Amino acid sequence: MSILVDKNTRVIVQGITGRDGAFHAKAMKEYGTNVVGGVTPGKGGQSVEGLPVFDSVEEAVKKTGANASIIFVPASFATDAMYECIASNLDLVVCISEGVPTMDMVKVLDYAKGRKTRVLGPNCPGVISPGKAKVGIMPAASFKPGCVGVVSRSGTLTYEVASQTSEFGQSTVVGIGGDPVIGTNFIDCLSMFNADPETKAIVLVGEIGGTDEERAAEWVKASCRKPVLGFIAGQTAPPGKRMGHAGAIISGGSGTAPEKIKAFEAAGITVVYEPQEIGPKLKARL
Amino acid sequence: MKIHEYQAKEIFAAFGIPVPRERVAANPVEAGMLARELGMPVVIKAQVLVGGRGKAGGVKKVDSADQVETVAGSIIGMDIKGLRVNKVLVSECVDVKGEAYVGIIIDRATRAPVLMASAAGGVEIEEVAKATPEKILKTVIDPAAGLLGFQARNIGMALYGDAKLAREFAGIAQKLYRIFVQKDCSLIEINPLVKLGSGSLLALDAKINFDDNADFRHKEWEEMRDLSAVEPTEVEAKAAGLTYIKLSGNVGCVVNGAGLAMATMDLIKRYGGEPANFLDVGGSSSPEKMVTAMRIILSDPNVKAILINIFGGITRCDDIANGLLQAQKQADIRVPLVARLTGTNAEKAREILKGSAVTPAETMGDAVKKAVALAGGAK
Repeated sequence: MSILVDKNTRVIVQGITGRDGAFHAKAMKEYGTNVVGGVTPGKGGQSVEGLPVFDSVEEAVKKTGANASIIFVPASFATDAMYECIASNLDLVVCISEGVPTMDMVKVLDYAKGRKTRVLGPNCPGVISPGKAKVGIMPAASFKPGCVGVVSRSGTLTYEVASQTSEFGQSTVVGIGGDPVIGTNFIDCLSMFNADPETKAIVLVGEIGGTDEERAAEWVKASCRKPVLGFIAGQTAPPGKRMGHAGAIISGGSGTAPEKIKAFEAAGITVVYEPQEIGPKLKARL
Repeated sequence: MKIHEYQAKEIFAAFGIPVPRERVAANPVEAGMLARELGMPVVIKAQVLVGGRGKAGGVKKVDSADQVETVAGSIIGMDIKGLRVNKVLVSECVDVKGEAYVGIIIDRATRAPVLMASAAGGVEIEEVAKATPEKILKTVIDPAAGLLGFQARNIGMALYGDAKLAREFAGIAQKLYRIFVQKDCSLIEINPLVKLGSGSLLALDAKINFDDNADFRHKEWEEMRDLSAVEPTEVEAKAAGLTYIKLSGNVGCVVNGAGLAMATMDLIKRYGGEPANFLDVGGSSSPEKMVTAMRIILSDPNVKAILINIFGGITRCDDIANGLLQAQKQADIRVPLVARLTGTNAEKAREILKGSAVTPAETMGDAVKKAVALAGGAK
């Protein structure tokens, strides 16, 4: 088992005719992901990396039986791409695109309420279940099959953290994205990992800004049956500055690293202060 | 992106939110002329993109027309929390009978906009939120339906206990929400929203932050941006596709990805050093980007060593290595460099850097230790 994606996931790539879309369609296919086609409105009938291109998600679903999509279109088109997936009742849409306006995401997620589709991202590296499927942009070599579930707000820091768990391997690694409003949060992933028999331990990688980590800690305390390690990036970040990610900002004195670490400690989460502590601390809890 | 009070008030006025009679002035003479047009007394308010200007002496009431130029002259050029005041707002004095707070933000937890209000206006809302959270009234706005009249009236009623004022408040709050959506704000505030002697409401101050992610559909923001409030190097970095934030330490860092960049800064501090900056080179990193990144970091005289920490995914380590060599040729690199390059094409990068003056490192911890030592050691 794993969470979110596996061998049965049938993926389409929105924006497959663009540079990034084509590159990652190929990389995902090479990894073994069941990529079944792509979508670029107006370019239906073409083919990219041997994959058929369709004009709409609806058509792609009809012809390929796709149940997931990954989005590589510019931010100004990304919301429409997400709406299209939700309207077509896909199980999962992963939005890699960065720079989606926050209010647009609010509306997309409001539209998704009560519908079938789970949104992951935006501004995220995607998800990988090592050895099964990669619906994302992460370098495959940093991951191997195993029992650790990783959930993170970051991109490259996720690769760093995952590579520190290589002794145990990973069941699934999820990048939830660095924006203030995102489709899938820590608690969503924690509860899926908690229910996944293959996952034996969870590493949660948070950062400054918002209170998602604090709420995740409360959930862990109340409901999680598996050991959890927590890491927070941004202890040295100055307040009021957006640290690259739109959501990584200490505002009005809240969203600081010490608050989050305190919440982790109170919930029995093993706090990790530097990536290379992850291996030994995991070993101690497994 | 933050905008000035006078710019926010122009938007308020365009949407029909009542504001005082006032105009902005860039020099004392202009301020004097405006004051005479408005009639005395007036209030002179520093236009600066940081809170707490009142306490810093940036807001003054002036009774006589002869005093306006002197007072305006003392405020223009003033330094408030590191920012220079370049303009003042000359505003009519109004008869204040009560002060409230009203604002809209997006609540990350409920993933929806929230209207917040408090009868304790005038002070920093964060302080109210911390000390007496029960004094803040909140209502979650349905993104599809918008801020509904009854929701806003209920908040107004709780604030004023008066049906007429509640209706007036609701009108202002709904206009505020219209601005929030149409102008892609990340924050909009009236603090204080004052009750006048005449019994009506007026926005005495205004604060708007725009959502930077929406800049592709707001070309007008470029003209509104006050570049004097931003570090010039941060502007240069942005133009090159880099995110750079200057800090006060002596270990410069170049990292790919915001999370890894923060984690690298944290580790520098943990090993006894101080980071000189946050720098994210972004996803695709051409050698040219590296040259710009090195130049920007070296423009800070405090920097004593530079740490390059790259986990290659989309970013290719060989591009970074070539960029480093190019930077060494083009710029005078006066400090030692430590590079930890792993992931995509890391082997190629190692070959490229062989024999160069760049100190290689295997792990993030190893790289940080070396960089801190080269910058003069732990404190």
